[in-house]
Amino acid sequence: MVLNSLGRQIPETFSGKKLIPYSDPWSLQPHAERSTRAIRRLTHNGSKLVGGLKDAIIAVGLKDGMTISTHHSLRNGDQLLNDLVKEIDALGIRDIKIASSSIHIVHAELIPYIRKGVITGFECGVNGLIGELVSKGELDCPIVVRSHGGRARALITGEIPVDVAFLAAPYCDEYGNFNGFYGPSACGSLGYAQVDAQHAHKVVAVTDNLVPFPAVPVGIPQSVVDFVAQVSRLGDPKKIVSSTTRITTDPIGLQIAKYAAMVIESSGYVKDGFSFQTGTGGISLAVAENVRNMMRQGKIKGSFGCGGITGNFVDMLEEGLFEALFDVQCFDLRAVESIGRNQKHQEMTAGMYANPFNCGSVVNRLDCAILSATEIDVNFNVNVNTESMGYLLHNTGGHCDVAAGAKVSIVVAPSIRGRLPIVRDEVTTITTPGETVGVIVTERGVAVNDNLPELKAELIRRRAPVKDIRQLRDEIYAVTGVPRPIEFVDKIVGLVEYRDGSIIDVIRQVCP
Amino acid sequence: MNILKRGQAGTMQSSDLMVIVEPADKLIIEIESTVKKQFEHLIRARLEQVLDKFGVASGRISISDRGALDYAIEARLETALQRAGGA
Repeated sequence: MVLNSLGRQIPETFSGKKLIPYSDPWSLQPHAERSTRAIRRLTHNGSKLVGGLKDAIIAVGLKDGMTISTHHSLRNGDQLLNDLVKEIDALGIRDIKIASSSIHIVHAELIPYIRKGVITGFECGVNGLIGELVSKGELDCPIVVRSHGGRARALITGEIPVDVAFLAAPYCDEYGNFNGFYGPSACGSLGYAQVDAQHAHKVVAVTDNLVPFPAVPVGIPQSVVDFVAQVSRLGDPKKIVSSTTRITTDPIGLQIAKYAAMVIESSGYVKDGFSFQTGTGGISLAVAENVRNMMRQGKIKGSFGCGGITGNFVDMLEEGLFEALFDVQCFDLRAVESIGRNQKHQEMTAGMYANPFNCGSVVNRLDCAILSATEIDVNFNVNVNTESMGYLLHNTGGHCDVAAGAKVSIVVAPSIRGRLPIVRDEVTTITTPGETVGVIVTERGVAVNDNLPELKAELIRRRAPVKDIRQLRDEIYAVTGVPRPIEFVDKIVGLVEYRDGSIIDVIRQVCP
Repeated sequence: MNILKRGQAGTMQSSDLMVIVEPADKLIIEIESTVKKQFEHLIRARLEQVLDKFGVASGRISISDRGALDYAIEARLETALQRAGGA
């Protein structure tokens, strides 16, 4: 065990791999060439159709011990990964590692296949029951949580060698060109899948909507696709939307949104060329609405909106408030519909979005970004992975990428959820280092990181309720009481990788 | 006071709790909570404080807590006790 710079105990190895303890957000330099894969030469000009999933698994030569991936653009509506693992099991293949771009609640269907030894590890973070069972020690399956940018990095450097990518292809031709814009399973941007298409050793486009050649616009090209497989259904795009994608009506949420808008206004970036990212939570959307009004009133022409894109962002684009949208994934069906229609609604790869190891990702160009938090400590470190029982329940998403990139990253959260104090002495798990977090906004007050002294002064000048983060913690503790730390056993069941590949924290099994 | 019959107060809403008190030979406190790992000690302390105040020496006190703050715990338990007191 070694201590990383945030005081977390990091083992020297995990699942046989040597680990690098986290030290800071910036200094770790890449030491690798781009990963390579065999160049294939396909001489026939006919169809790449192989049949169904089973035929595709046989055609690519999937074997025990290999790593596969899928993308999560259909989010909780994804059916492909579950169907795929069933077929893999039926063929008697075992010891498969999953390196998908994310795992959702719907993938709890995989649990029997983990118990059976079909799946023996996740090279990606997970949402929902799988993480809970692994945290309880009821499921033995190591998990490495990665951010969107970190996953792109790990595929590009070859740290995760993906043997086969099975990519849901909502609009696809028989020679393997596809996009996500149209068809019954349209999911919009294929930002995550783009990385797999370029780096997996074999690529299978899986479609429920085969169209005559060529499928244009080409999102992922025929030149990287080995096979095309057909299924009856990739999933249900109606389930892309999570239930939270509505503007909050809760008075606490609206108060937070008001303060967050004050922070954005005080940052001085809301002028021509402004760039902004926000999430899908009710508070984030309320902040976005405030930003929209600010931009309208100031007749401001922004530069770009970024991230997972929602219909609200599409409206802002179409209203002329932004020059462009950079979209790694569509968060609702209005965004899906827009990306096929608006030229300035630009699909971007997860690498372009957030990979720290390239010549500059889009997050670096962000002025202000709104982020969420499950817990925040007095050093501004944020946890979004583990919840009140200590279970790993949420994936990182782009959290630490955006925090590192944006000039002002603003974490919005109610000060108390249930009885849980959100600002506390220590977070259960560090997802995002405090050094990259600019401002914490709660309904009880706003805490500004010492590395933004001008913003702090401006907020005080505008009479925003600026408080020292320790004062904020004390006020919250006065209402909730001081929580007891969750008890864990020594066994490490998962890692939280920082975007650069160093280990910022570990997930331990909880005490029964 | 004595718990003469079953009394119930509260809801299963987030930030609230459901309290059920029933007659029993001795004092039994059962806590189920979404924040048990972090707050069981404080929840128990507050329940005991209220029971003390009302001089309850026996009864089964079961709570199903969804992250209620102390004042809610106090109010729900008091109400449940009043309903169980045969008044």
